[in-house]
Amino acid sequence: MLELYLSLFVKSIFIENLALAFFLGMCTFLAVSKKVDTALGLGIAVIVVQTITVPTNHLIYQYILKEGALSWANLPDVNLSFLGLISYIGVIAAMVQILEMVLDKYFPPLYNALGVFLPLITVNCAILAGSLFMVEKDYSFGESIVYGLGGGTGWALAIVLLAGIREKMKYSDVPAGLKGLGITFIVVGLMSMGFMAFGGIQL
Amino acid sequence: MAKAREVLFDPIFKNNPIALQVLGVCSALAVTSKLETVIVMSIALTFVTTFANGAVSLIRNHIPNAIRIIVQMTIIASLVIIVDQVLKAYAFQISKQLSVFVGLIITNCIVMGRTEAYAMKNGVFSSMLDGIGNGLGYSFILITVGVIRELLGSGKLLGYNIFHVATEGGWYIPNGLMLLAPSAFFIIGLIIWALRTWKTDQVEED
Repeated sequence: MLELYLSLFVKSIFIENLALAFFLGMCTFLAVSKKVDTALGLGIAVIVVQTITVPTNHLIYQYILKEGALSWANLPDVNLSFLGLISYIGVIAAMVQILEMVLDKYFPPLYNALGVFLPLITVNCAILAGSLFMVEKDYSFGESIVYGLGGGTGWALAIVLLAGIREKMKYSDVPAGLKGLGITFIVVGLMSMGFMAFGGIQL
Repeated sequence: MAKAREVLFDPIFKNNPIALQVLGVCSALAVTSKLETVIVMSIALTFVTTFANGAVSLIRNHIPNAIRIIVQMTIIASLVIIVDQVLKAYAFQISKQLSVFVGLIITNCIVMGRTEAYAMKNGVFSSMLDGIGNGLGYSFILITVGVIRELLGSGKLLGYNIFHVATEGGWYIPNGLMLLAPSAFFIIGLIIWALRTWKTDQVEED
């Protein structure tokens, strides 16, 4: 059992990295990766939100939306799965809001550190994709917790690494047309190639 | 009419949502290994931006400022659900290949960015034109990347053989890297380079 979870965790960080293998959360990934500090802050926020929302959406899918899921309410024929997208995004927006309030009340230092990034996370595709992949791959509740944590960690790792490279790149001489965005794409491409080396790892 | 043309065509080269505004790259890269999925994705996104812009613009004077993001999100999510259901009904194979990426149009920053930046301030007609224009700008990059990747990666376009591949007795040896994730980043980086060499005012300063 533990082996299964461990292998899923490693797989979701390295092999199926949300940012580098599935291109998710690219907008924020490219925009907020200029400095390591901010990248780290955003990365941690993504890990936290991902670990909470994926299992929550799992429960919603299993007990409300899935075909026949409402049989506990004597409605065995109802299939609400077409409402999936709108409910997941609703859950994510609500979770981010709640998290923001809880952090503000009980952990002010953490709130001050993460504050600016939390609203950004609602529109980060990596978060929504985490939930959608969870539904598509039919994970169990335990697996969805591990997958949320692993997926978030993988994304955070990728953005921190990219920020590190971009900080160093300030000193390099880049052709005019490639400055900024262009060279960042190429760097991300090289990183993505590097991560492909993890492919096929089995635990 | 000149203004309408500007609104429609500016996003293609001059103010491209992907190359200049860095919006919506997430899905742009993931679906581009085959041209067929690219075309479906482009049509879906253009449809969603156009009507989301139209709908938001129509009710823009009635949306309370504090909840505008939620209202926009709900409109966009509903449109995406329509697209998703239509694809599942009439193009099941492609919908399977696109998997989660149709759903991810919701968080595609182009849609949200345009409703927030343009539709909240402009009339219905020009908002819809802006939606079409940005959809086209997105499609332009996507189709370019899709053509390069499918042609070089498997020697085919839309499933038809263009280059005869070596395994079937032809001369072309497919470049497998083109079908993998990194190539999409390289190609977009190079497109940006080309675009900015042509339109030098887009070059970023340090």
